[in-house]
Amino acid sequence: MLNSFEPNGPLESRWKKHLFDLALVAPQNRDKHKIIVIGTGLAGASLCATLGEAGYRVSSFCFQDSPRRAHSIAAQGGINATKNYQNDGDSVWRLFYDTIKGGDFRARESNVYRLAELSNNIIDQAVAQGVPFAREYSGYLANRSFGGTQVSRTFYARGQTGQQLLLGAYSAMSRQVESGRVTHHSRAEMLEIITIDGKARGVVVRDLVSGELTTHTADCVVLCTGGYSNAYYLSTNAKGCNTSATWRAFKQGAFFANPSFTQIHPTCVPPTVENQSKLTLMSESLRNDGRIWAPKKIEDCEKNPADIKEQDRDYFLERMYPAFANLVPRDVASRAVKHICDEGRGVGAKIHGKRLGVYLDFTDVINKIGLAEVEEKYGNLFEMYERITNEDPYTTPMKIYPAPHYSMGGLWVDYNLMTTLDGLFAGGEANFSDHGANRLGASALMQGLADGYFILPQTIANYLARNTFDNIDEHEQVQQALDLVKDRINKLMHAPDAQYSPEHFHQKLGKILWDACGMSREQARLAQAIDEIKALEIEFWKKIKVTGVDKDLNQTLERAGRVADFIELGILMCKDALNREESCGAHARVEHLSPSGEAKRNDEEFSFVAAWEYQQDEVKLHEEHLHFEFIKPTVRNYK
Amino acid sequence: MIFTLHIWRQKTTDISGDFVTYQVDNIDDDTSFLEMLDQLNEQLITKGEDCIVFDYDCREGICGACSLVINGHPHGEKSATTTCQLYMREYKNQTELWVEPWRASSFPVIKDLTVDRSSFDRIIQSGGYVSVHTGLAPEANNTLVEKHASDEAFNAATCIGCGACVAVCPNASASLFVSAKISHLALLPQGEIENENRSRRMIKKMGDEGFGSCSNHRHCERVCPKGISLQNITRMNRILG
Repeated sequence: MLNSFEPNGPLESRWKKHLFDLALVAPQNRDKHKIIVIGTGLAGASLCATLGEAGYRVSSFCFQDSPRRAHSIAAQGGINATKNYQNDGDSVWRLFYDTIKGGDFRARESNVYRLAELSNNIIDQAVAQGVPFAREYSGYLANRSFGGTQVSRTFYARGQTGQQLLLGAYSAMSRQVESGRVTHHSRAEMLEIITIDGKARGVVVRDLVSGELTTHTADCVVLCTGGYSNAYYLSTNAKGCNTSATWRAFKQGAFFANPSFTQIHPTCVPPTVENQSKLTLMSESLRNDGRIWAPKKIEDCEKNPADIKEQDRDYFLERMYPAFANLVPRDVASRAVKHICDEGRGVGAKIHGKRLGVYLDFTDVINKIGLAEVEEKYGNLFEMYERITNEDPYTTPMKIYPAPHYSMGGLWVDYNLMTTLDGLFAGGEANFSDHGANRLGASALMQGLADGYFILPQTIANYLARNTFDNIDEHEQVQQALDLVKDRINKLMHAPDAQYSPEHFHQKLGKILWDACGMSREQARLAQAIDEIKALEIEFWKKIKVTGVDKDLNQTLERAGRVADFIELGILMCKDALNREESCGAHARVEHLSPSGEAKRNDEEFSFVAAWEYQQDEVKLHEEHLHFEFIKPTVRNYK
Repeated sequence: MIFTLHIWRQKTTDISGDFVTYQVDNIDDDTSFLEMLDQLNEQLITKGEDCIVFDYDCREGICGACSLVINGHPHGEKSATTTCQLYMREYKNQTELWVEPWRASSFPVIKDLTVDRSSFDRIIQSGGYVSVHTGLAPEANNTLVEKHASDEAFNAATCIGCGACVAVCPNASASLFVSAKISHLALLPQGEIENENRSRRMIKKMGDEGFGSCSNHRHCERVCPKGISLQNITRMNRILG
């Protein structure tokens, strides 16, 4: 039985009550405890800083060449908080409500309420660190409305909010490195968890420069290793983002929750060449003023958009969803764009025989408010688009297409953010906790920092206080974990019929997942995809080709290991999507959509978190049933 | 398009390297510079050779991982651009390209085009922060910040820590990087209190790490992909008195 250890009673007092019930570690005893933190994005860096300040000994690891380069750095839009500075009726309760509803009633009420409650402290902390949020001429902090919400609760630093928040957390962490309480290792990849007597007690790490493997033991381990959108090969994630840490944890006994809940962001720059390595997100804010359209006639798709007459343009979101029009939620917009392109009405370069793009047109807003004002609002985004495509969005409409962007699924965690493997915690995008089946804009940064600054430091202390820790440096499990990693690297380096690069397999996996487990999913296609990925897995271990040697800086080997894990995860993503016989949030099962394409949730049968347990090459489903005591589940309707 | 690439190959920090010439063909206008290197690496795997190592991650110009000196220019010739944001259409008339790592003794080459920039991390650790514990922060709007100062602080804070400023500087000085952090925090009331101490510690660390001093060549500002202004160096010098 899964126990989320949620406190009960009034929602407003649950976290406070829980904090009081948590055991503490006295200041003089903290340096007796060692904690390992993997990943230095918003969650990892903020956690390292806070644990270091408290007096614990922390060892942190990241695969990048500096903690400052973690992918949180690329978040553009902003971070939500319920300050209600704009006096527009915002409150903790409203952010809680919006997040639960946005997640299509597939998240825990207690967790989400806590997140909303902590949002204000995050802004205070960031400002105190010197994060230069946008301000008004009066000197007060500025806010904007984001992602279609009805209140202005988003704090931002131009289009670089993630960068500024991460640099804040990184600087706080750097201060603790200087103090000696945090020992940080860059270019170091965690490849296995050391489990002793059912408890996570350490990790095996590969030094990416020398290729040396080392073991590190501690009292507990925290994974803040981000999401797995790169399973699709092309995504908005950084190239290095991977599932390896969370997947190793899964295989050591941590349950994986809702793996099929992945968010496909509607406004990305479409692929233009077949060997493209990644996709770039264009901020969602563009949909506030741009009008999305595609040609009505297939024969117009090759034309210059300026030559397509007004009556031959299909402003399909305005047509399909008159009330919300171009501002429908991400999943609804993405599916509509895919639908148009599947009909053959896409525009732009042909990729594998299909045009993947629709227009996002700013002509009307330029005519209405003038070029100067549009430039003021979107100048940096337009410049970014022109840099990539060599087209000027002031004169030629942008082309956009959806791309995988965020994974709501992740390691299952209880209210303490501990996985089902004792002593293994997960924070930020690596866990599944707060976004349900769909994440709202400007809430990922909030969750990463709430976990790292305010939640994990308290719940980890509780775990340390309530357990005893024997010295395990000589334990045979340490050597066994190391051997497991060695064996795996050996297999990657010496496949029996080595022929193809990691990219070759990754692209194949990406195509299968994108087609079967992307924006719309259906039973037969998912079942077929599972077979295809299983076949790909067999082929991978036979034919993977890694050149160079393993005791060296070898990026091909790094990629091969990550692709191997993505392949296994891909199977689980499809299984989870197949099992969930409903549509909810970003998960759209074709069999369960209304005629107008809206998700039809099935609360009677599927109001649960699907937590998957690894069992010797099989997986077992556990259901954590969700209870909505405070918000009655309603149907999302954007007509 | 077809390109002749002369790429710096170096096995380890201790063994000196050399240029190796490769040819890549079928390169599309819309292929990025790093995607071209990806394509070359795929060819090397097919041939059974060790791939060319280079740093990259976000591929959208914000993480600061990518580097490369291309035909003598850090991040290529295009202004305000990182290497990962370069597209091959920029190189229509230059079919022969020389690709090198950052060159500075404080950034030792690890392998091929990859260098060790951990000296930047150590400079930040020496003082590039506001000394505030988690939980200590007052209500955010209690301290107002003049908009112009806040915008200037933001401009300085957009530094991505790539190291192009060091790579281009005849003195291999990290002054632009260091002054950007000093300025960012000095311009805000939250950071002002620690100004002098912070600046002295960071400057000392810069010297200890083997970076040179600024002697006003001003190349750094020109190659900075984020357009970090030289005014930051002026501001730093003023703080140091």
